[in-house]
Amino acid sequence: MFEDLRELYQEVIFDHNRNPRNFHVMENADRQVDGFNPLCGDKLTLFLKLDGDIITDASFQGSGCAISTASVSLMTEIIKGKTQAQAEELFTLFHEMTTGKEEHINLEAVGKLAVLAGVREFPARVKCATLAWHTLDAALKNQQQAVSTE
Amino acid sequence: MTYPIEQIRADFPILNEKIRNKPLVYLDNAASCQKPQAVIDSMVKLYSHDYANVHRGVHTLSIRSTDQMESARHKIKTFINAASDKEIIFVRGATEAVNLIAQTYGRANIHAGDEILITAMEHHSNIVPWQMLCEQTGAILKVAPMNVAGELLMDEFEQLLSAKTKLVAVVHMSNALGTLNPVEQIIALAHAKNIPVMLDGAQAIPHTAVDVQKLDCDFYVFSGHKLYGPSGVGVLYGKQALLEAMPPYQGGGDMIRTVSFEKSTYAGLPYKFEAGTPAIAEIIGLGAAVDYLNTIGMQAIADHEASLLAYATQQALQIDGLKIIGEAKEKGAILSFTLGRIHPHDIGTMLDSLGIAIRAGHHCAMPVMDFYQLPATARASFAMYNTKAEIDVLISGIKNLIEMFG
Ligand SMILES: Cc1ncc(COP(=O)(O)O)c(C=O)c1O
Repeated sequence: MFEDLRELYQEVIFDHNRNPRNFHVMENADRQVDGFNPLCGDKLTLFLKLDGDIITDASFQGSGCAISTASVSLMTEIIKGKTQAQAEELFTLFHEMTTGKEEHINLEAVGKLAVLAGVREFPARVKCATLAWHTLDAALKNQQQAVSTE
Repeated sequence: MTYPIEQIRADFPILNEKIRNKPLVYLDNAASCQKPQAVIDSMVKLYSHDYANVHRGVHTLSIRSTDQMESARHKIKTFINAASDKEIIFVRGATEAVNLIAQTYGRANIHAGDEILITAMEHHSNIVPWQMLCEQTGAILKVAPMNVAGELLMDEFEQLLSAKTKLVAVVHMSNALGTLNPVEQIIALAHAKNIPVMLDGAQAIPHTAVDVQKLDCDFYVFSGHKLYGPSGVGVLYGKQALLEAMPPYQGGGDMIRTVSFEKSTYAGLPYKFEAGTPAIAEIIGLGAAVDYLNTIGMQAIADHEASLLAYATQQALQIDGLKIIGEAKEKGAILSFTLGRIHPHDIGTMLDSLGIAIRAGHHCAMPVMDFYQLPATARASFAMYNTKAEIDVLISGIKNLIEMFG
């Protein structure tokens, strides 16, 4: 029935939505930033632990749609152990993947995040996927202000 | 007479549209309604044959446009049974109408320590203009509470009417819940204390016959685009004596009688509140929408929609895990719901892939979402052209998406 949606709602997304990874409050986080998507009401708080330049731990809390929950869940998995520069590089790639033109995208470079490439075809949902990454960007830049996708 | 549903559907060309290769099932009517051919034609005809600026030309086209615009005003006056064409002020929509009342009536009559009473189920457009007025004047915004069904608590409402209350501003029908408020009772209680009442009729007007004289409301506001007319036009109805006493809203052309650098004098009603070139084609289009509705009859439309809502509600209640948000006894054709942990935005995208347009979000009523502790709801809203067969498509879509989510 939902043939058109298989690209968007891959099984991995349902899995992360049902069982989000790193879904908890972090005690003694080095960074904590709220992200908000006013259009959808998606809300999340991202927590990071840093050791010098390395992101040693990441977790989140909040509520959102399947796309935003899966996106932030996948993100917290993938950025652990990465340097801040590597995480920012992933953000750039992710942004290109979800908003950019097909021919520019190197799906291998984004690894598991490639399951979210399908949002490109759903302009109304791109912000759901990118909220997590904008919040991470703010956290790495040590901005205290809540992030809004508006 | 049986309801001419086939004929009505044929009158709305967009209903033939295919969305993602499926027939469109348009259930986002509370956000905006589709337009009948008569409305589209009226605007095409104007621009093709009769268009010029209004109220300022002696030439033929200006006279034609002016006549058609004023005729639309008269149609709307008759449609809501106002006492005079002078009481029909054209604005951009319900939002602008509320802002106009706040900034003219409000600035002139509401002062520090005075109170404005609204309800817990208002659209942002009947909250924020009053908050702005309160910031400007030091007045206080009071909110009458509701129960979990989404019904106004009338005892609490009555107790909140005090000597300090200078205006009651209430939504006639809630866009987030569908609740039809007991406006007759609200007006009677407020008037017993000499408090004027504004009704936000943005949602109610396409679903029920509105008679402003019978209601005896002091102001009634609505948007054309939810009444099968164009966007960009709306109506502020006000009792003539109140409007006469109010200062103008914006200054400019059309709203003046004389202008010199020392002093200007203002035009009479309704032009005092209509500065600048109005939305000429949209106003004329709204007049055509009212003509169209009159051929069907508001009571017939209300009956048709009531049967759609009853059917949709009964079908929805049989879906495991579906929760209806807004279960007032008196309700218009809106079905707001949640599906447990399936987020409304996922519901919206999934139904869209089946050609079904619903709204997912906070419906510009964040305080209502907070009340139910929800980030958002999914909302199907019905109009004169919807059918039970479309509700079947919706219900089957919901069942299937629950299955897909697992
Ligand atoms: C109850 C209610 N009031 C006011 C409005 C505002 O209408 P508009 O955006 O056309 O000004 C709406 C529109 O959604 C509404 O549903």
